[in-house]
Amino acid sequence: MITAIYISAVVCIVIGLAFSRSRALSTVLGVLFLAAQTMITVHGFVHPGITELTYFSYDALGLVLMLVLSIISFPTLIHSHIYLTKPQASTSSCAAYNASCVLLIAAMTMGYLANHAAVTWIFTEITTLSAAVLIYHHRSKLALEATWKYVFVCAISICFVFVGILFISLALLHDGCRDLFYTDLMAHKATLNSFWTRLGFLFIFAGYTAKLGLFPMFTAGVDAKDKAPAPAGALLASALMNLGFCGIFRVYAAISGTPVGDWARIVMLVSALITLFIATVYMTRISNVKRMLAYSGIEHMSVVTLGLCFGKAGFMAAMLHMVMHTFVKSGLFFHFTQLWRTYSSKMIDDMGDYLKLNPFGALVLLFGFISIAAIPPSGLFFSELLVFKAMIVEGNWLVFALTAFMLTVLLWAFAKSMFRIIFLPASKPVEKIKISAWESLTQLILFALAAYIGFNPPAFLTELISQAAALIS
Amino acid sequence: MLETFIIIFLVTLFYLAIANRMRNYIKILVYQGILLFLVAAFHLKEFNVFNLIIILLETIVFKAIAVPYCIERIIRHNNITRETEPFLPNFVSLLITAGIVVASILLSGSIDDLILDKFFFVGAVSAIFTGLYLIVSRRKILTHVVGYCVIENGVFILSLAVGNEMPAMVNLGVMLDIFASVFILGIFANKIGDVFHDVDIDSLSGLKD
Repeated sequence: MITAIYISAVVCIVIGLAFSRSRALSTVLGVLFLAAQTMITVHGFVHPGITELTYFSYDALGLVLMLVLSIISFPTLIHSHIYLTKPQASTSSCAAYNASCVLLIAAMTMGYLANHAAVTWIFTEITTLSAAVLIYHHRSKLALEATWKYVFVCAISICFVFVGILFISLALLHDGCRDLFYTDLMAHKATLNSFWTRLGFLFIFAGYTAKLGLFPMFTAGVDAKDKAPAPAGALLASALMNLGFCGIFRVYAAISGTPVGDWARIVMLVSALITLFIATVYMTRISNVKRMLAYSGIEHMSVVTLGLCFGKAGFMAAMLHMVMHTFVKSGLFFHFTQLWRTYSSKMIDDMGDYLKLNPFGALVLLFGFISIAAIPPSGLFFSELLVFKAMIVEGNWLVFALTAFMLTVLLWAFAKSMFRIIFLPASKPVEKIKISAWESLTQLILFALAAYIGFNPPAFLTELISQAAALIS
Repeated sequence: MLETFIIIFLVTLFYLAIANRMRNYIKILVYQGILLFLVAAFHLKEFNVFNLIIILLETIVFKAIAVPYCIERIIRHNNITRETEPFLPNFVSLLITAGIVVASILLSGSIDDLILDKFFFVGAVSAIFTGLYLIVSRRKILTHVVGYCVIENGVFILSLAVGNEMPAMVNLGVMLDIFASVFILGIFANKIGDVFHDVDIDSLSGLKD
């Protein structure tokens, strides 16, 4: 019932925002959307495990990801508001931005909750549509290029996922099952036709990597996060990546513990290591702050996927890592708008002296860097440690050594750029502008939240994560 | 009968490999649309009439008329040159397409399946990979759109293969078609052509590290 109310409310709000030419009306609709988002999240936690409208289940994985998304949707809308007013954007582009931002958040929420392979796929398609509008916000030549690349790669990836679903459906048809609910897949786990399941997983994995940000389809996502407005980039670099993970995990969980599952693990492991290598190479020669954050995102998603490859303990660490990464990465993207206003550039070479130009902002950025680089007291430090532990417990020293080496190089490259921005003098004189410390408050809260979760994960969160881990055999 | 249609469909893929003009690509898309209409009409027996009519209309109106018309309009509107500008000689393209078809036939040999017709599998997989090959081997962005349409036709054949057992999959395939093509052609027709004019992929190299 609540799901139906949520969907109809979102449809009305999106239509309202798309046609709204008044700032006050858009703000009211934005607040209404946040209320609807809170309502569905609270509803999910009050009634965990229920299924509504046949296709949406409030299971453990869906609840965790929905909670994280709902938390970052508040700062996203606040920073979008700041972004659209400084400098003032045109009313039509504001309307398109607001409507597609709300649609993106809602589509991701429904995508997390979907319990049917085809429904997850449909909502992933909707995220492509709404993300494309956000990427094209500036109407520039480069924005158009990024939009075209993103749409084209996502269209092909979505075709791949569909082909994968068709192959999985063939495997299910052999068992006399004509539906594609994830529970059906689970129920027929032991008897699924191995040829079709392998082919299906391969296509689904390759397709969802466009969202998750892994090899082979990560490229378009990097361009998209670079050209999208920073608050929208925050969603693309965190919650949307989680949707890709969700799509892959639900199929993987249904085949884990079978010979096909072991094979799928190897596929994911190889893809994650290649991605980590690519991220490391690019990070050492990066010159653009937003692309640096985007590559750091694919690095963290490689760590998450590696965690998924190493049993239940690894998966639990990966989930924790994903939750904290969502908070920290979106916080860094929110902070980028301040960097942009200070330097009017995205290039690291144009930046410097940030500590003098924006002292509070610089301290928050430093805290954000420490958090994302997984240096204690960052919460990500603990989850990365747990992923490494899972590797060592399984005796996979080679993967451990490769990952540790690449992460060290990555940390060096990331730190070099960040310290240059914060501490070294700027290459050319920069005029100091006034930025309110309040604008950094949301980032500070998000980074502190990630640190808190790392030190003292709330009982309900660990309970939900272990419930989700129970799906893996 | 169905097998004949799918073999003709495979022949269109070879034609695609050696076609030199954009106009020929459009013609091939029209032929493929008509062939898919015939395959759907002969194959989908367990559909209710209303659903079947929608699917047949989609193949004929959308795949065989609207998309090719739209692409032709873009070519005329932006004065795009007629040559397809491949990176590789046509003979090599022909060999690669032949390789793709042979590989799909060999792969289908390893399937022992009563549900899936091998002809469908070969047709679909060949079309998907020929479409991908077309995308990586041609310079013009519009040829990439044609390549994407060929991939979609392949996916549609695959959805028809399971269509009698799972009708919803065919409808989803139709949705993918309409959604993605409209979106891609929409961006292309409205924006890319106007902004970049004679577009090949070299003009889309502003974003890099």
